[in-house]
Amino acid sequence: MKTITETKPLAEIMKLLEKHKRIHLIGCGTCATTCHTGGKAEVLAMKEQLKAAGKEVTGWMVVPTTCDPLTKYALKEESEAVAAADAILVMTCGFGVQTVAAYSDKPVYPGLDTMFIGWEQSPGRFIEICIQCGQCVLGLTTGICPVTRCAKGMLCGPCGGAREGKCEQQPEHDCVWVLIYERLKKLGMLDKLTDFVPPKDYSRMKIPRTAEVALP
Amino acid sequence: MSLKQLIETGKFIVTAEVAPIKGTDTTELLEVAELLRGKIDAANVTDQQSSMMRLGSMVTSHLLKEKGLEPVFQMTCRDRNRIALQSDLLSASVLGIENVLALTGDVPSLGDHPQAKPVFDLDSVQLLWVISRLNAGYDMVGNELKGKTNFFPGAAVNPGADTEASFEMQIIKMEKKINNGARFFQTQAIYDVNLFAKFMKRVERFKVPVLAGVIPLKSAGMAKFMNKNVAGILVPDELIKKMTTAEDKTQTGIQIAADLIKNLKDICQGVHIMAIGWEKKVPQILAAAGL
Ligand code: SF4
Ligand code: SF4
Repeated sequence: MKTITETKPLAEIMKLLEKHKRIHLIGCGTCATTCHTGGKAEVLAMKEQLKAAGKEVTGWMVVPTTCDPLTKYALKEESEAVAAADAILVMTCGFGVQTVAAYSDKPVYPGLDTMFIGWEQSPGRFIEICIQCGQCVLGLTTGICPVTRCAKGMLCGPCGGAREGKCEQQPEHDCVWVLIYERLKKLGMLDKLTDFVPPKDYSRMKIPRTAEVALP
Repeated sequence: MSLKQLIETGKFIVTAEVAPIKGTDTTELLEVAELLRGKIDAANVTDQQSSMMRLGSMVTSHLLKEKGLEPVFQMTCRDRNRIALQSDLLSASVLGIENVLALTGDVPSLGDHPQAKPVFDLDSVQLLWVISRLNAGYDMVGNELKGKTNFFPGAAVNPGADTEASFEMQIIKMEKKINNGARFFQTQAIYDVNLFAKFMKRVERFKVPVLAGVIPLKSAGMAKFMNKNVAGILVPDELIKKMTTAEDKTQTGIQIAADLIKNLKDICQGVHIMAIGWEKKVPQILAAAGL
């Protein structure tokens, strides 16, 4: 499982940095490194692109796990280069960007688009299988999520548009309801499909969500 | 007579699709209404069909009703959350609209505003359930309404689902729709009457009227396009050949649709003609079918 990110178009990054001359760069050694969007190689490539565009890069670092509170200490160690910058470009997921912002008084900009929490379906191919909806319905299907994997999030069965098992709306994906049918058939539990499923409680997705977790 | 009453008489029902225009000039829409009045039993008004932004289906339904054409107000769950869906249902009821076809709808990425945020707060089965609640005098959370709705709800089914899983689930879902209030069904376009007859055998026990979808062919290219791109549509080679060799393609397309309707007459309770631009030719198709 990891947070999947994509690099923003360079033109968009340049627009974000328009008013700033000296930039500090931060990458992440965890998800963004495995996505090849914010690891050492990508941070160094960005450094060259910024220099080519006339910016001055005051320093760079790849924090082991940028979303971790320890990022605070990484920023302290790097304080001289950060202090010399007018802005920080953070090449991590939105979590990392906001963690840096929480511990820094500099303007902070995202270099990546945060996509989803991905599950590795086959080597190198990630798919979204849970949008953290707050009211898990996996019990209906015994383990395959229609909320995330049906293009319309349908709870009461398929739209009827699947072609050879592929989703009508997004043909690059399997119709999740076909997968669900096959799973339930194998388990001898097709009767689960006849239940009416009442509308979901989307108040469970009311943002920002919080949780109080007991401390050790 | 209302669609409900007509269906109850057991008459062979004819409905046709009318697509709201993109813009505010309703001239042609009203011409179509004038032409179809008296020729069909009801007109389905599509709701931002294929996720293309257009005039609303409620207002268009209202205009048709004013013209004396019974509307079937199509409602999808793509653009409205449960508050807006219920509110629009109350509004439609106040306008005297009686028939609603509950659909989930296509994703926005298929249409002309692919950037839109999809809603899908409910799906078609849940929307039918909501309509039944409003008909009973309550909103979906149980608040009592001052004045209830009196809708005749319908739903869609795709008899041409191509795999065992898809086909079986269409039947399961059809039953769920009936359990939640669907009183009639309209189908995806049918070209293979024998295959459709098999489907009708399977759903006979539900005893709910099914209106078979008919899309008149305009060209062989259109048939091939649908075979390739539209789920559940399979135009047999023989019809494609007919269209390819036809001298007068329009006349041939009309004749094929008319023949289909004739063949469907003994199998189901009606037809639903989706003319897609050929709305004005619907009376010709019906005349050729002897209706
Ligand atoms: S229903 Fe789907 S999206 Fe919701 S919590 Fe369960 S797996 Fe995640
Ligand atoms: S084809 Fe399957 S996955 Fe795609 S929208 Fe329809 S039911 Fe959902």
